[in-house]
Amino acid sequence: MKKIFVTAVASLMAAAPAMADLVFPSLSYRTGPYAAGGIPFADGYADYFTLLNERDGGIGGVMTRLLECETGYNTEKGVECYESTKGEGALVYQPLSTGITYQLIPKTTADDIPMHTMGYGRTSAANGDVFSHTFNYPGTYWNGASGGINYLLEINGGDIKGKKVALVYHNSAYGKEPIRTLEELQKKHGFELSLLPVDHPGQEQKSQWLQIRREKPDYVMMWGWGVMNQVAIQEAANIRFPMENFIGIWWSGAEHDVLPAGEKSNGYKALTFHNVGRDFPVFADIQKYVVDAGKAAGAGDQIGNVLYNRGMYAAMLAAEAAKTAQGIHGTADITPSMMRDGMEALSITEEKMAALGMPNFGPSFDVSCENHGGPGLVGVTQWDAASQTWSLISDFKETDMEVISALIEADSGSYAAENNIESQCK
Amino acid sequence: MLYREAGDFKTSYSADNQTFPIKFDRLGYYTALIIAFLVIPFIINDYWANAIFLPFLIYAIAALGLNILVGYCGQVSLGTGGFMAVGAYACYKLMTSMPEVNIFFHVIISGGITAAVCVVFGLPSLRIKGFYLAVATLAAQFFLVWLFNRVAWFYNYSASGQINAPERTVFGIEVTGPNTEAWATYLFCLVFLVASALIARNLTRGMAGRKWMAIRDMDIAAEIIGVNPLKAKISAFAVSGFFVGISGALFFSVYLGAVEVGEVFGINKSFLVLFMIIIGGLGSIFGSFAGAAFLVLLPVVLKVVGVDWLGWPTDIVAHLQLVIVGALIVLFLILEPHGLAQLWRVTKQKLRLWPFPH
Repeated sequence: MKKIFVTAVASLMAAAPAMADLVFPSLSYRTGPYAAGGIPFADGYADYFTLLNERDGGIGGVMTRLLECETGYNTEKGVECYESTKGEGALVYQPLSTGITYQLIPKTTADDIPMHTMGYGRTSAANGDVFSHTFNYPGTYWNGASGGINYLLEINGGDIKGKKVALVYHNSAYGKEPIRTLEELQKKHGFELSLLPVDHPGQEQKSQWLQIRREKPDYVMMWGWGVMNQVAIQEAANIRFPMENFIGIWWSGAEHDVLPAGEKSNGYKALTFHNVGRDFPVFADIQKYVVDAGKAAGAGDQIGNVLYNRGMYAAMLAAEAAKTAQGIHGTADITPSMMRDGMEALSITEEKMAALGMPNFGPSFDVSCENHGGPGLVGVTQWDAASQTWSLISDFKETDMEVISALIEADSGSYAAENNIESQCK
Repeated sequence: MLYREAGDFKTSYSADNQTFPIKFDRLGYYTALIIAFLVIPFIINDYWANAIFLPFLIYAIAALGLNILVGYCGQVSLGTGGFMAVGAYACYKLMTSMPEVNIFFHVIISGGITAAVCVVFGLPSLRIKGFYLAVATLAAQFFLVWLFNRVAWFYNYSASGQINAPERTVFGIEVTGPNTEAWATYLFCLVFLVASALIARNLTRGMAGRKWMAIRDMDIAAEIIGVNPLKAKISAFAVSGFFVGISGALFFSVYLGAVEVGEVFGINKSFLVLFMIIIGGLGSIFGSFAGAAFLVLLPVVLKVVGVDWLGWPTDIVAHLQLVIVGALIVLFLILEPHGLAQLWRVTKQKLRLWPFPH
């Protein structure tokens, strides 16, 4: 045992030097029941930073360094990864897990390291006044819930009174996140909501779909992740539930979720906060500088997939925030604390996106001290099984901020009271 | 040579009955305690505390508890995860409803509550044995996790269904919450582990422990010589539950700080603790420590060697880890069914004669 300790100490010492680059930890999961979603995201995240290094020589002249740490979507390993990487000057954490996010919110705040939970995590972290180090722009789960309902309103001519909506959700902090918003919206719009929890990892869903077959809801919404998604879509196909009435959140709408059900998954819909497909100039660069150079994180076959795009988008937002931070503080070698300032001052415009080779890829938005949640614009994509592509069928639209803001206010307020947090925006 | 009994005279019964009768062992034990209490707290940092020491200390308490039940009393339990969850949720409810009481007492009371729950689920052990009991405790595992997910009262109706540990102090020093110092959390858990180990050691070598072992070795014979199986089995479940509850409470409040029951206290946790005592050694206090240390350190070491030194992809290392842990369990079951504790015992025997084997 002593030997093991000595080796571990030695490795820590060996890893300590080599600063002077911008460290972006990637708490990825390439193993376990959630790997199907974790791999393309991690690849996209890694490839974008590789692209910046290869094409631009890093960010502002400083090379980036990606520190990958396998979490397996497990909170304990997530904590271990956080502790082992934070000493290396990690600039921003993106754990891609709502459970790990909850764990890290107080820790990152105490350690003065920002965390970006793009479209996941604790929704009320959008209130930057309370959650100083947590960012979830450009959209949150509650935007997603409202966006989904808005879409139903749109296709029903603005009236869904009396319609039955079932929510199939991962029985965890992640899946429970939209319930509160949906309950509020239920009061407002008069639809009937029924809740169907699916336990981790989600391979067993016979009883939930039996219930759906019995109750015949008009629409099914899904908050699923990992293996749960493909099982749900397969089960929906088995009971012949009309796919066009089945809408998943953005974590339930990638290629690997729908492909196993084959033809039967045709017409399945998913929400999104960024664009789909690979018709963006940036992918040509990735192909040229990263994949063809043999430096891709994965096999290079994931490019253009929904989650690859999302990982790349997350990396792009992180890189832009780092640039902003470099501008604010006038130094290329930024610290996590400066990175936080950069994220809070981040401004994404259409020109910027176009210059990066991602025109119309995501919304334009400005982050502020009060608003860490972005504009929360939600679009809808649909799967075409014949051509095996996702396409945007409803453009990015506003969500019901009236309902959501009140909920964010209430939830973040109670968090602030529990933890004696003072207002940070003055 | 090293483990010499010659010259180590005992002049009283208590000296003869002490835990470490050999002087060298005793000195080693005191040295370990001194290092643990007086050296490590000064050099520990966040990484060492959160990646290695806290999980080791907390899992060691859980392994002690399970070892009493499985190793000493022979009642197979697959409900450890669920019982740890009881400890965690009891601690959470106590922390939030009675903030004025010290966290130290909350942890102990959580252990007591878990002991009570454990006794209830232990009642079937009076009728059923072996595999059937394992299935009954498995039911406890699933039921408890379901309960904590389902009944909102347990998580104070929070929207996410998560429980979060508020900040609590001992002697004015924070031991839970985000702003803790590594040494404080470490010492807090260490105190619980040392106390648990002392209690467990003294219980297992006393009347209670002998009764448990009698039940384990042959329950009918034990009954004939006057061991009450009801009392023996129920007391084993209670003591085991107490330790497991304490470990669950510490796991939630000190180590993780935020817990989601299905993910943290699922069936995997039950198996992990069971593997710890199998690899460490059934029916051995030292085995509980060795098993916990082994299974906590192994993934960390594999990661350090594989990812940081050799630069292998993280997923390959994660998969290798599964393969290696699985292979080790099989190997241990075949080559050394009594676990690391037996290896240690054999080493001690050898060292006694070393370097003169004859």
